[in-house]
This record gives sequence, C-alpha cells and structure tokens, in this order.
Amino acid sequence: MAEEVKLMKGNEAIAHAAIRYGVDGYFGYPITPQSEIMETLMDEKPWETTGMVVLQAESEVAAINMVYGGAACGKRVMTSSSSPGISLKLEGISYMAGAELPGLIINVMRGGPGLGTIQPSQADYFQTVKGGGHGDYRLITLAPASVQEMADHVALGFDLSFKYNNPAMILADGVIGQMMEKVILPEQKTRRTEEEIRKAQPWAALGKSADRERNVVTSLELDSAAMEQNNLRFQKKYKTIEENEVLYEELLCDDADYLIVAFGSASRISQKAIQMARNEGIKVGLFRPITLWPYPAKALNAYKEKVKGILTVELNAGQMIEDVKLAVECKTQVEHYGRLGGIVPTPQDVLSALKEKLIK
Amino acid sequence: MDTLEIIKPENKVYGKPRLMNDNPMHYCPGCSHGVVHKLIAEVVDDMGMAEKTIGIAPVGCAVFAYNYIDIDWIEAAHGRAPAVATAAKRLNPDKMVFSYQGDGDLAAIGTAETIHACNRGENIVIVFINNAIYGMTGGQMAPTTLLGMKTSTCPYGRNEHLNGYPLKISDLLVQLEGTCLVTRETVHTAAAIKKAKKMLRKGFENSMNGKGTSVIEFVSTCASGWKMTPDQSNKWMMENMVPMYPLGILKDK
Repeated sequence: MAEEVKLMKGNEAIAHAAIRYGVDGYFGYPITPQSEIMETLMDEKPWETTGMVVLQAESEVAAINMVYGGAACGKRVMTSSSSPGISLKLEGISYMAGAELPGLIINVMRGGPGLGTIQPSQADYFQTVKGGGHGDYRLITLAPASVQEMADHVALGFDLSFKYNNPAMILADGVIGQMMEKVILPEQKTRRTEEEIRKAQPWAALGKSADRERNVVTSLELDSAAMEQNNLRFQKKYKTIEENEVLYEELLCDDADYLIVAFGSASRISQKAIQMARNEGIKVGLFRPITLWPYPAKALNAYKEKVKGILTVELNAGQMIEDVKLAVECKTQVEHYGRLGGIVPTPQDVLSALKEKLIK
Repeated sequence: MDTLEIIKPENKVYGKPRLMNDNPMHYCPGCSHGVVHKLIAEVVDDMGMAEKTIGIAPVGCAVFAYNYIDIDWIEAAHGRAPAVATAAKRLNPDKMVFSYQGDGDLAAIGTAETIHACNRGENIVIVFINNAIYGMTGGQMAPTTLLGMKTSTCPYGRNEHLNGYPLKISDLLVQLEGTCLVTRETVHTAAAIKKAKKMLRKGFENSMNGKGTSVIEFVSTCASGWKMTPDQSNKWMMENMVPMYPLGILKDK
C-alpha cells in the first residue's frame, strides 16, 4: 500500500494515530491548546469503525480516573490535557504508577504557573520528570519535535507503557500541538480481543474466571515491609527502563565546539540556529533528548570534555539544565537560554544567546 | 429430635455465600458493611455473574472490600469510583460493574464524579453506605453528619452555620435523568435485609439491561464512630438517621 502523506496539526496526528494503533478508549476534558485531540476523535467516530470509546469527562480528574479504570481492565486507554489540567491528573498518574498500570497521557504544554497563558511553554519539565504526583515513581516521558513524532509517539508510548506496566507521557507543547506539517500515519491495527488481553495482561480486572484467583488492582499496601518491597520492585523496573529505553538525536555533534541541548519545539528553533551559527563559522551541534525520562545522561556525558560549552534552550526558566549539568558532571560550562510565559524565541535569539553566554 | 438428626442438607435454611471468602473481616462488630457485602455476594452469585462482575472499591472503611468478595476488583482513588466504573463498563459492556462507596467518598470528595456518572446514565450500580461519619480515619464529620451530631471534627455537634447541612445526595440524584433506580435501605433487621437484597438485585439487573444508573443507599451504623454498642447504634440509627434520610424507593423508572 502506498504511504499516505497528510498535512495536519500535531494534535490531530495524535488522534488519528490513536485510532490506528487500536486504542480502546480516550477520556478527556477540553483545554487549550490541545482540544483538537478530542475534537478530531469525536469527528472521526472511531466507535463506529474500530470500536474505540471516546468520552468527554466532567473534569481532568475524572478523565484520568477513567484511564485508571480502563487500564485496570488491561485496555489501551489514554487522555490528553494541557498544563493546568495535567496538575489535576497527577493524583491519578501516581495511582497508576503505584498500581503498575499502563496508559498514555499527553500534555500539550502552555505557560504557567496558575491559569497562565494559552501560548506554548516547556515549564512542566520538572513536574513531569521529577515526580509531580506523590511518592517515589517515574513517568516514561517522550518529547516529540514534529507532527510526525506526535503520531509516532502514540505507538511508542503505548508500547513502552505496556512493556513495563507504567504510565507514559507525551510531553509536547503548544507549538508542536498546533503547527501543521506533513505526516505519514501508521497503518490501521485492530483492537485486541478480550481473550488476547486476558493472556497478555493476566492481572487485568476483567471478571474472575474459574481458573484463577481474583484480580485486585490497587496501589494500597498497609504492611510497610510489603510496601517497601513494592517500592524496591518499582525502582528495579525504573533502572531497567533507564538502561534500555533511552532515545536521543544528535545533529552535527561530531566536530562541535559547542552544544545546544533542547527538546520539542525548542529543538526545532535550535536546529535553525546551529545552521546559522555554522554559516558564521561557529561549530555548534544539537543534542536532542527524545526520552526526557529516562534521560540520555550517558550519551551527554561523552561530551563533557569534548565541547567548550553547552547551552540548554528551553521554553522555561531553566529546568532541564539541571539534568544536563548532572550528565556532564559540571565539567564543561553549561548555560541556559529560555523565554517565559508563552514567548517563543527566534533562531536569531538563540544564536545571540549562544554567543553572549558561551563564546564572547 | 437430637441435634444430629437436624443437621441434614434438606434442613439447611442458611449458608455462607459462596463468593464470601474466609479472610477475617476488619469491620467492627455492629457495622453494616459486612451485611451489605454478603448481599452483594449473594446477588452476584444468584445472577450467575461471578465471572463477569467488576467491583470498584472506595477509600474509606470499605477500601478492603476486595479482601472479602471473591470477584475481580479495582481499588479507586478517594471519590473517583464512579469515574473508574464508567470506564470499566464502557470498555466492557458485557460486564456487571458496581462501585461501593461511603458517604465521604461519594458525597464529599467524589460529588462531581457521582453526579456526572449518574447524569450520563452509566449502566452501573452505585452502592452507597451512609453512616454519617468517617469511619476509617477515626470518626470525623461527614457530609451526611446530622445537625447536632458530635464527631471529632465537630466536637460540639454539627452546626449549620459553621458546617452546613446534612447532604441528602440521593434526593439530588433522583432529579437526574440518567438514574433509573434510587432507593434507601437498611440492613438492621431480617426483613430489611430481605428487602434490600431485592433492591440490589433490581439495580444489578438494570445495569445489564442498559436502563441507566441505580443508586442503592444503605442508611448504616458505625458503632465505633458513634461510640455506641451495636444494639444502641441500630436504635440510634432508626430514631435519628431515618427521619433525616427516609427509607424506601425514591425513584424507579
């Protein structure tokens, strides 16, 4: 079959990719700048084709708990929101991590704190990769930088979350959600049957069959010794993920004197900035983490004595820079450039910052 | 007739429900939870739905409901059981799904989830234990605590100016188009238990017949929280709780 190339928004790509992946259910609540995800799903009526359930919940809190309920039945379920709504979902995300449930959450970030602005931001980095909800848990975090990756990360996110029984998040931002690009959508997969789910997720609460004990999906364990064992099991799993699932991209890094580290829309702007720099004879490379947790710390560490300095470009006041400094053990100069409150810098702004902070 | 002659299968009048397992119960003597659990176990088994039922446990004393009834369970976050049940049912329409919730879970922290699940007419059963107090956390004021009733967070008695009024949430749920059955029961006498079981069965049948949400409220006792004996609690419940929360069918369509 010839590949279908389509032009669409990042948010729309997520919706189409979800249907094609054979997702069982989407539960959401409207919030700018990601409402096109639910709107596209409602428009496509997947319940008539694949049988996918799409439901507008009464709140973000209800939506994430619907995801919790669906995931507890072993289903492939997802929700999406933007920053203020994600804050509300963190309780449910912590419960999912505690109950070891898979599921996909999409955050199309906007500027905060509080109600903030509807313009793009990357200020939820800490919230996403450093916890957010309560307890010692980790959230698998993917950072798409194109509409194509918005589509691709749906499958990747579900695959990883089901591989490890852990929630996964696509951490996009208003630029990636709203911009239109060419995208090749994946081929349509069929949704799994109950029999397939019972086999692949034997822990799922789908009704107790006579051949097994009852399944109880819970994060509760009042016996501290047992709860410590649960936590140790989680930590072991997180370590396995950190060792096996790191993704990143390197652009013109081989001969680079300087490195820009950026994810999502900031990496797209930086991509142009490094070309402009090279036109001026400054050898700059772009290191783009694709997984924000697990963070590509080892790969970045290799640059600690190779480059004269690193600039992190983020649409926030300097969050990922902490992980970059840890990764390079502060052995090279690491500076941050960012705009706040929904302002998106130009490639020229990034180039100027690079010169001012690292080269001057 | 001596005892050995009486113990014969044909003389059996009562037995432990098949779906109640042997785990020691953590509920206090005189608590209504145990009886309601037993009724659910009986109804699910009577309907032949043991392999197709998913229970949603709350936060509160009944958080451990999953230890006692031998079916699949999902333990929800505080107040979110109706949202969890919504997804479980919509994604598995052939399953029988119920939430089991106390007054704090259902009528305080989970009010939005309760009202909206009912308003959407989700094909689920909501089992609501109203004992006018937070049992698990040690006897704090509930949304359903009566005026003048003393709890650890209203030690001088609930005062409407300070704490607002007891919330008759079932009366609110009656107004929603999505509910098909709303009823208030007790389990303090054999007759009441018999009637309550009938209502539970009706609710579960409604959920499988796509009629909408059934809410079965149990006006219940909390002997420990109320600091009474089991017998005193039953009397206190009938004299004080029932006038505020009158028993019987509030809606049946």
